Amino acid sequence: MKTFNRVFTILVLIFLYVPMLVLVVASFNNGTDPAVFKSFTLKNYRSLFSDSVLLPLLINSVIIAVLSAIISTVLGTMAALGIHSMGPKLRSATMAVTNIPLTNPEIVTGVSLALLFAFIGTTLKINNILGFFTLLIAHVTFNLPYVILSVMPKLYQMDPDLREAALDLGCTPIQAFFKVVIHEIMPGIISGAMMAFTMSLDDFVISYFVYGATFVTLPVEIYNYTKKPLQPKIYALFTLMFIIILLMMVAMNILQARDLRLSKERKMALNADRRKAV
Amino acid sequence: MRTKRLAVPYLIWMVIFTIIPLGIVLYFAFTDSVSHAFTLENIIRISNYMPVFINSIWLALISSLLCIVIGYPVAYYIAGRSPAMQRFLYMLIMLPMCISFLLRTMAWVSLLDDTGIINGFIRTLGLKPLPLIRNNGAVILGMVYNYLPYMIMPLYTVLIKMDRRLIEAAQDLGCDSVQVFQRVIFPLSIPGILSGFTMVFVPAVSTFYISQKLGSSGTTLIGDVIESQFKAAYNPNLGAALSLVLMILVFICIGITNKFSDNDEEVVTI
Amino acid sequence: MSKELIRLVANTMAFDGETVLDSIDLSINDKEFLTLLGPSGCGKTTTLRIIGGFLTPTSGDVFFDGERINDLPPHKRKVNTVFQRYALFPHLDVYENVAFGLRIAKVPEKEIDDRVTEMLEIVSLKGFENREITQLSGGQQQRVAIARALVNRPKVLLLDEPLGALDLRLRKDMQQELKKIQQTLGITFIYVTHDQEEALAMSDTVVVMNRGRIQQIGTPEDIYNEPKNAFVADFIGESNILDGIMLEDRLVKFFGRKFVCVDTGFEKDEPVDVVIRPEDVDIVPEKDGQLTGKVTSVTFKGVHYDTIVDFHGFKWLIQTTDYYPVDSIIGIRLNPDDIHIMKKSEYSGLYGDYSSYSEEYEELNDPDLFPEDISEEPQELSQSAEGEEAGKDEN
Repeated sequence: MKTFNRVFTILVLIFLYVPMLVLVVASFNNGTDPAVFKSFTLKNYRSLFSDSVLLPLLINSVIIAVLSAIISTVLGTMAALGIHSMGPKLRSATMAVTNIPLTNPEIVTGVSLALLFAFIGTTLKINNILGFFTLLIAHVTFNLPYVILSVMPKLYQMDPDLREAALDLGCTPIQAFFKVVIHEIMPGIISGAMMAFTMSLDDFVISYFVYGATFVTLPVEIYNYTKKPLQPKIYALFTLMFIIILLMMVAMNILQARDLRLSKERKMALNADRRKAV
Repeated sequence: MRTKRLAVPYLIWMVIFTIIPLGIVLYFAFTDSVSHAFTLENIIRISNYMPVFINSIWLALISSLLCIVIGYPVAYYIAGRSPAMQRFLYMLIMLPMCISFLLRTMAWVSLLDDTGIINGFIRTLGLKPLPLIRNNGAVILGMVYNYLPYMIMPLYTVLIKMDRRLIEAAQDLGCDSVQVFQRVIFPLSIPGILSGFTMVFVPAVSTFYISQKLGSSGTTLIGDVIESQFKAAYNPNLGAALSLVLMILVFICIGITNKFSDNDEEVVTI
Repeated sequence: MSKELIRLVANTMAFDGETVLDSIDLSINDKEFLTLLGPSGCGKTTTLRIIGGFLTPTSGDVFFDGERINDLPPHKRKVNTVFQRYALFPHLDVYENVAFGLRIAKVPEKEIDDRVTEMLEIVSLKGFENREITQLSGGQQQRVAIARALVNRPKVLLLDEPLGALDLRLRKDMQQELKKIQQTLGITFIYVTHDQEEALAMSDTVVVMNRGRIQQIGTPEDIYNEPKNAFVADFIGESNILDGIMLEDRLVKFFGRKFVCVDTGFEKDEPVDVVIRPEDVDIVPEKDGQLTGKVTSVTFKGVHYDTIVDFHGFKWLIQTTDYYPVDSIIGIRLNPDDIHIMKKSEYSGLYGDYSSYSEEYEELNDPDLFPEDISEEPQELSQSAEGEEAGKDEN
C-alpha cells in the first residue's frame, strides 16, 4: 500500500509539473511550435525584455500586488487584533463576513464589484471609472481574508500574558503592540503579506471584471493574448514567473521552518528543566 | 477592550466592497435593464440556461470526485513522511497554484492540441492522432489539474492533525492496517474530504477559462455565459441573475457539506 | 502592623452574567505578604487582575494609598506582576527582558545598567545577561520574571501562581527565596496559589476564597487552628468534620457522648460542626477509649500511617506513627484543645467524611487538569492541593 501511494504520488507530481516543464522547454525553443524542439535559444527572453507591451504590464501587476498586499496587511492585521478581542457572538458574525469572499465563486465577486463600480460611476458621473483604483480596491478586498486567516492563528497561539506583561511594565497599549505583540505575530503577518502578494500578482478572474483600458495587469493581458495563438515570449515570461514564485515559496518555507524550530526549542527547554528536576 | 475598534476600518471596507455589491447583484437580478423596474424576467430567462447549469454541475462534480480519488492517496502519503519531507512535498503540491492558471491551462492546450505534443508523438509512431481536446474529458482534465491542490491541502491538514494514539488504540483493539484505515482514519478524515470537495467544486462550477480553452461550443459552462453577459452581450441584469443563482447553488453546496462535517471551521486552512 | 496600602470595597465581578467575585472586601497593608488561597475558579486570580488593572470590577471600588484607582490603566499603576507562565518576551534576551520596564520609563542608560545588574544578582542570575529566554530552564525563567517585575521598584508585587510550573524541590527553594526577597526589599507581595502548604509557609496573611467569596482572613496559624467553616477546615489540611450539639460553653456532644472542648460563645444546644484534625487523635487501647472503632484501611505515607477508622458508620482519618492492622478494634482519646467547634455554614455536611476514602484521593485535584482561568466555570474541588506534588514526585 505504501509503495502504491509513493508511486501514485510521484505520478501526480509528474502530472502537475509536466505541463509546466513543457512551457519552460518551449521558452528555450528556437521555433514557434512547442511540439517540435528545433534548437536552444534565448531569443524569446530577448524579445520579452524588448517587448514594449508586456513589461509595463508586468510592472503594473507588481505595483497592484505590492500596494494591495501592503494595504490588506495593515488593515487585515488591525482587523485580526480587533476580532481577537471580540466576544464570541460579534466574532463569529465578523468571521462570517470574512468568509464571503473566500467561499463566493471568484466570478461572482468580480461581477458584484463590477456592478458596484458601474453604479458608483453613474451616480458620481465619472466616465471610465474602471482602472487603477478599481483594481486596487478589488485586490485588497479579496486579499483581506487571507491576511486575517494567517494572522489570527498567531494571535491565538500567543501567550495572552505577554501583552499584559508589557502593559504591567508600563507600556501603553500602542507600545505593547509594537514592542511585544508584533514580534509574536510577525510570522503570520509576513506569510499573510506574501500570500496577498502572490494571490494579487496571479489574479485573473476578478481583475478581468474590474480592469479598465487605462490600467491593465499582466494576467488580463495574457488572457487577451491567449485568445490568439500563443507567442513564444509568453513562455519565457512564464519561466521567469515560475522562478520568482519558486524563490518566494522557498523563502516562506524557510521562514516557517525557523518559526517551527523556535517554538520547538522553547518547548524543549521547558521539558528539559522538568526532566532535570526529577 | 478598545482593541475591538481596530476591526472597524475592515468592517467598513467589507460592507462597502462585499456586502453592498452583493446587494447590487440582487437589485440587478430583479430589475429591467432599461426601465429599472422590478421584473422576474431575468430569473425566468435562466430556465433557458438549464442545460448549461446541469452541464456545469455535472463536470464540476466529476472533477471533484476525481480529485478526492487522486488526492487522498497523495495526502495520505505526504502525511506519513518525516516533517522535512512533508514540508518539501507540500510545497511541491502548493507551488503550481501560485502560477498563472491561464498559462498552465495553455500548456495543456499545447500538449493536447490536434497538432500538439502528444499527437505529434503519436504521429511519429505512425498512428492516427487522437481527439484529445475540445471535449468534456479535456475540460474535466483541466479542472482536476487546476484544482487538485485544493483537495490535497485540507486532506493533508486533517491527516497530520489526527491523533496518532487513536490509530495505536485501534491496533491495540485488534484492527489490521486495512481495518485501521476503514474504521478510524477514513471516518476521521471526512471533514477534510468535505472541505476539499467545496474548495474544488466552487471554482470548478464557476470557471470560464478552462472550458473556453479546452472545451468546445458543446461544453459551455455557466461561467462562460456570465462572462459573455458582461463582456460581449452586455446584459448585466441577466448576468446578475445568473450570478445570483450560481451563488445560491454554491452556498447550498457548502451548506450541505457543512452539515455533514461537525467541525467545519478547523479544516479550511490555506 | 504598618499602614493600609490597598483596599477593595465590595468588589463584584461578573462575566456574561456569571458572578466570579461576590462583593469582596479586602484590605492589604504595606510590606505585607498576603496570599489569596483557594481552588480553581474561586476568584483569586480575578482579584489579582483587578488589583493589577487588567480587569475593572463590575461594581465596587479599588483604593491604592487612599486613592480610587478603578479606571487607572495597568501601565500607570505602581504595581508589577509575575505571571503564571512567566510571560517573558521571547524576542528579547535576559538583560533586555529585565530592562524592559525601565526603558519604557525612559530611565537613563547608566541607571538601567546598574539596576538590571543588581537585580540579576538578587535573583542569582549573574552572568546570564545575554542568554536567550528559550535557553533557560523553567526555574531560571521564573527568576527572570521576578527580576523583570522587581527592577521597577513597585510598591506591590502581584504573583499569580508563580511556582505552579516548577517541580516540588525547586518550588520549595523558590518559596524560601521569594520570602527572603520580600523581606529584604520590603515590598508588599500579593500571592495567588491553590497550594495550602505554600500559603501557610510563606504568608503573613492568608485569604481563603471559594465560589467568589472570602471564607476567612487570618494568619497561617489562625487559618489552620481556627477554621471558620467546613470548607476552610477541609481545604487547609485534612479534617474530620462531624455534626455536634453545643450543650453549653466548653461542652459539646457528638456520637452520643459529651466532650470537653475550649470553645465558647455558642447558643445553648446549637447544632455545630466539630473539626478534629487527623494528627490530633490519640489512639489508646480499646478499654481506655472515649470512642471505639474498627480500622478499615491503612496506608503507609512515610512519616505516618493514614488509618481509616469506622466509628458508628462514620469514617475518620487518623494519622498515626503506630501501625494498627485492618480489622483491629481501637480506642481514641480527644483532649479539649484537639476539638474545634465551627458554626454551621453552607458547607456543612459537604466535607470531612472519609467514608469514600481511597488512596488516590490526592490525585483528584491535579491542577494541570483544571488550570485556573477566569473564563472557566467555578469548579467545586474540595481536596487539598498536596496531590499535585505527590503526583509529580512519582514521575
